[in-house]
Amino acid sequence: MSELKTGGQIIWESLIHEGVDVVFGLPGGAILPTYDDLYKYNYPIHHVLVTHEQGAAHMADGYARATGRVGVCIATSGPGATNLVTGLGTAYMDSTPLVAITGQVSKSLLGRDGFQEADIRAISMPVTKHNYLITDIRDLPDALKEAFYIARTGRPGPVLVDICKCVQQASMEFTYPTTVNLPGYRPNRLTPDPDVIDRVAQLLNEAQRPVIIAGQGVSMAGAEAELRQMAEKANIPVATSLLGVGTFPATHPLSISWGGMHGEAYCNYALQECDVLFAIGARLDDRLTGAFSTFAPKARIIHVDLDPAEMGKNLIIDTPVVADALLTLRALLPQVESNEHPAWLGQINEWRTDTTERDILAQETDELVAPYVMRQLWHATNQGNCTVVSDVGQHQMWEAQYFYHTKPRSLLTSGGLGTMGYALPAAIGAQMGKPQEEMWVIAGDGGFQMTMPELSTVMQERLPIKIAIINNGYLGMVRQWQDVFYNKRYVGTPLFNPDFVKIAAAYGIPGRAVTSKEDVFDAIRQAQNIPGPYLLDFQVEEFTNVYPMVAPGKSNADMIRRGRPVEN
Amino acid sequence: MTDTQTQQHTIIAWLEDKPSVLNRVTGLFSRRNFNIESLTVGHSEAKGISRMTFVASGTERDLQQVETQLDKLINVIHIANVTQEPTVIREMALIKVTTNSQTRGEIMQLVSIYHASVVDVDMTSLIIQIVAPEDRVDSLIQLLDQYGIEEMVRTGQVAMVRGSSRHGHSHGVATVAANGHATPDNGQNANGANGHTENANGVNGARA
Repeated sequence: MSELKTGGQIIWESLIHEGVDVVFGLPGGAILPTYDDLYKYNYPIHHVLVTHEQGAAHMADGYARATGRVGVCIATSGPGATNLVTGLGTAYMDSTPLVAITGQVSKSLLGRDGFQEADIRAISMPVTKHNYLITDIRDLPDALKEAFYIARTGRPGPVLVDICKCVQQASMEFTYPTTVNLPGYRPNRLTPDPDVIDRVAQLLNEAQRPVIIAGQGVSMAGAEAELRQMAEKANIPVATSLLGVGTFPATHPLSISWGGMHGEAYCNYALQECDVLFAIGARLDDRLTGAFSTFAPKARIIHVDLDPAEMGKNLIIDTPVVADALLTLRALLPQVESNEHPAWLGQINEWRTDTTERDILAQETDELVAPYVMRQLWHATNQGNCTVVSDVGQHQMWEAQYFYHTKPRSLLTSGGLGTMGYALPAAIGAQMGKPQEEMWVIAGDGGFQMTMPELSTVMQERLPIKIAIINNGYLGMVRQWQDVFYNKRYVGTPLFNPDFVKIAAAYGIPGRAVTSKEDVFDAIRQAQNIPGPYLLDFQVEEFTNVYPMVAPGKSNADMIRRGRPVEN
Repeated sequence: MTDTQTQQHTIIAWLEDKPSVLNRVTGLFSRRNFNIESLTVGHSEAKGISRMTFVASGTERDLQQVETQLDKLINVIHIANVTQEPTVIREMALIKVTTNSQTRGEIMQLVSIYHASVVDVDMTSLIIQIVAPEDRVDSLIQLLDQYGIEEMVRTGQVAMVRGSSRHGHSHGVATVAANGHATPDNGQNANGANGHTENANGVNGARA
């Protein structure tokens, strides 16, 4: 007879079986038996104490996005669990593999509205791929095995396992399951139907004005090389979604950056004018497409995604391909013919030139603007040899426009849910997963303050994270909407900011405020040269807005653009 | 059927009989803004598997979303839209009608015409039970309304395809998207690096 294990021990042993090396969490009454078992285990898994459970979920998310492995966060019942919800929603929208473990009140107390009871299974249902409430220790091993399996396979996503305190305290004989029994879940890698591949190849070969949109699914399938081969073979320009940034090198001659509400204008023109659109591993959401009915009006759309529910969800699709991105590209490569598309690429280059001429960096000004910071950061990191974790807002758009990402998983950002406060904790998780990587947080002054207390976690773990705050004294993107749609009535957007350098200093983190253009590169170098974390407070021009801009519900053809420079 | 034509669809779903499954299904309907007209759920022929019949109106594209989103729920084993198939569809209703000595005879005649039955009688009311397609139930209710309906309960529709079982649970589990066929995870997926042993539940992927 094998030795009896407590529920808490079973949790840790299951995590070890899954190859988990770090968990992010904050203890409380209902999860304490499990924490106590970690003590007994002589810490086989590194536990990162966070300042707020939202941070724990974002850290697990950042860890997962940076490494491709499942991130794990842990919290107590009630408020501990509900504080995870924003992080779960963020992970769910962006298909991040994550397992959240929460303590729950004991089974005998369920439903009695006792102290720190919250029905987190029901609360988290819309923001998880699946979830569990465990009231009997005999169900625990299978639930943990299934949670990891579901989180990482198919279209990845977060899974929550809510475990009653009495289950953590109970004990049983334990062997980790080797199989899962999920008759309703079939996450096999789907091979595309040969007939469908024939049709896709024919559409691409006959196209006069083809465009590829590559999304995060390309990186999840590890298909970046095949994507590039296909684009180069047929000379097809490649746009990405925001989450797809990095799947195709932004410096490649065929790259047309990314499209949508704040995507590059020349990319939007290409998407509006193309005759065949090959979208792969991207869910084509409203921020990319603008008004659905107006998107790519001349194109027959091929949509490759392994999630059948994405087919036709937003757009009318000519050829849906429910299949794995890598297997699809492999099947297509031999059938896609070499092609030049000189007229089409020439047209796109004209649009590109127009964009370049309107570039804010082409305008002579002494003012410090965020795009300049982004471009200097790109130069200082040896042309982007680092990971950037951006927050949400204007800086996020500028980062994606002006920092040329050339390697996969080098931009981590909350694209779907648009969660302000994501960047700092996600960078902590990413740095834990990739200790050698140069890790940059880029955050606005508003979003940074939402999760700023995680600076203590940075110091506690001695992480060399470099933080660039783009400080314009406003909730900038919201202010931009007020500029454009609300006649400059700045209700609730001017910020009362602390001295960020002093805040950092209070945590023991050195930093520096930057107010002029000349100091930008030097300041970035200083941050890089000092071992450990460093904070840069870029006090940028207040009223600079992000262009182009497509009003919500409008066509991408109707962009508000920065004016051309005045001719002398 | 074009994308803009709205039609009533009858869909059968096989669900694992586990806690909160119904909550997952109804929660999905509500957050995806799907409008469901009736929903019934009960045991199927297989142990541990519930069978749900629901009726929803929408365009073909709307219903494709309902089906594919529902199929993504881990506890949903199989979905079949049986709208276009020869199907037996029945609904049961219990209708308590006000009666007196004058009207009782007429009502009994209606009950007989509709192949319904009287399951409870007292001096001032009858409870009528009808098991029939929805339109016949509607029609009987309309006729009984003139006598005064005191109470009524309808089960919602249940459906079964005629002929040999192409949609039983044991045949239904292998459905995948129409234009893809499944292959076992070969482990090249970065996210599935240690997922080899679990392919026991992999299926050949042919549509049943």
